[in-house]
Amino acid sequence: MSKARIATVWLDGCSGCHMSLLDIDEGILAIAAKADLVYGPLVDAQEFPANVDVTLVEGAVSSQDDLKLINKVRKNTRVLVSLGDCAVTANVPAMRNGIPPKALLARIYTKPPTDGVPALLKNALPVHEVVKVDLHVPGCPPKPEAIGFVLGELLEGRKPDLAGKVKFG
Amino acid sequence: MQPTLTIDGKTVVIEGERNLLELIRKANIDLPTFCYHSELSVYGACRLCIVQIEGRGIQGACSTPPEPGLKVQTTTPEIREIRRIAVELLFSERNHVCSVCVSNNHCELQTLAAKLGITNIRYPYSYPKLKADLSHRRYVMDQNRCILCSRCVRTCAEVEGAHVWDIAGRGVQSRLIAELCQPWGTSRNCTDCGKCVQSCPTGALAEKGYAVEEMTKRSEPITRLAAHRGASL
Repeated sequence: MSKARIATVWLDGCSGCHMSLLDIDEGILAIAAKADLVYGPLVDAQEFPANVDVTLVEGAVSSQDDLKLINKVRKNTRVLVSLGDCAVTANVPAMRNGIPPKALLARIYTKPPTDGVPALLKNALPVHEVVKVDLHVPGCPPKPEAIGFVLGELLEGRKPDLAGKVKFG
Repeated sequence: MQPTLTIDGKTVVIEGERNLLELIRKANIDLPTFCYHSELSVYGACRLCIVQIEGRGIQGACSTPPEPGLKVQTTTPEIREIRRIAVELLFSERNHVCSVCVSNNHCELQTLAAKLGITNIRYPYSYPKLKADLSHRRYVMDQNRCILCSRCVRTCAEVEGAHVWDIAGRGVQSRLIAELCQPWGTSRNCTDCGKCVQSCPTGALAEKGYAVEEMTKRSEPITRLAAHRGASL
């Protein structure tokens, strides 16, 4: 049997969800036996690949780059998982919503950066307001056990029942 | 013979309960509520205690008097969905950022969402621009986290007798206000007792000086004090 292809994506978030993913400790071995990690901040691939079985998305959709990437992720992914509160609710990144991006940058930087940084969207958005999401795993971050459970169930071809396993915050 | 009604097929005796919710809880059935408090006046705003009454449709249990012969169902697929919608709309209406809230892990809204199996909000967030009132010496009021349950309003008016709080405006413009929409810290009626803070189900009212997750609420003293109203001291 060929291995499943898993990707992770880091949009507007603090990387805490990726930390929590690493915190599943030896649970990662069982997952590694069944799946390859084909894209994400933890591996070297530069372009989001085609034909991905499961993508865990951390972070809100906050910039033009996020928007481009999430559309590509959706196109190339069978099961798209919003991982953590930033992806699920837009969370802390959304605290800027309501402030025009230009005014926001002017307040933070004496000289707002323009080169090599993507333009901000008007609002930071939860992933499901931009593309279809197949599963939501809230938490800031979601507990390692919840992430391990989700991956385990998905790799077995089941839809994870998250009742009692997750919460916002 | 004692008057009875049925709740989820179980016969329950009516013994002077003021509303269906009291009876339902007497029957050890768990119904979620935000605005209801056993010792305060009934407000009927949160719509979480809705029940199906045969021949009458869906009604709030807190504001329906018990009548002999009623057939009440506390949980149907439709009711479960309406409750879920009510809670999701609360999340979408204000800026609830659990991860950075003083009441994280001690919040009734957060707890209930998890209990109802809510893992995402299906309605677009409205991101209203709302302020926090930091003018009080000891407490904070953050509109971003308020669900308009009015427990603070009734606690202040009915238990403390100060009536500092009110809810102004209508619909999505509804806001908790101190006095006639003045900074809380300038209130002459506020006794600094903090009962409003303790009655608040979320982080909307909190004590100053607490960081994320540190604010826990104790509503038990309010229940105790309220039960002594009218008693000669």
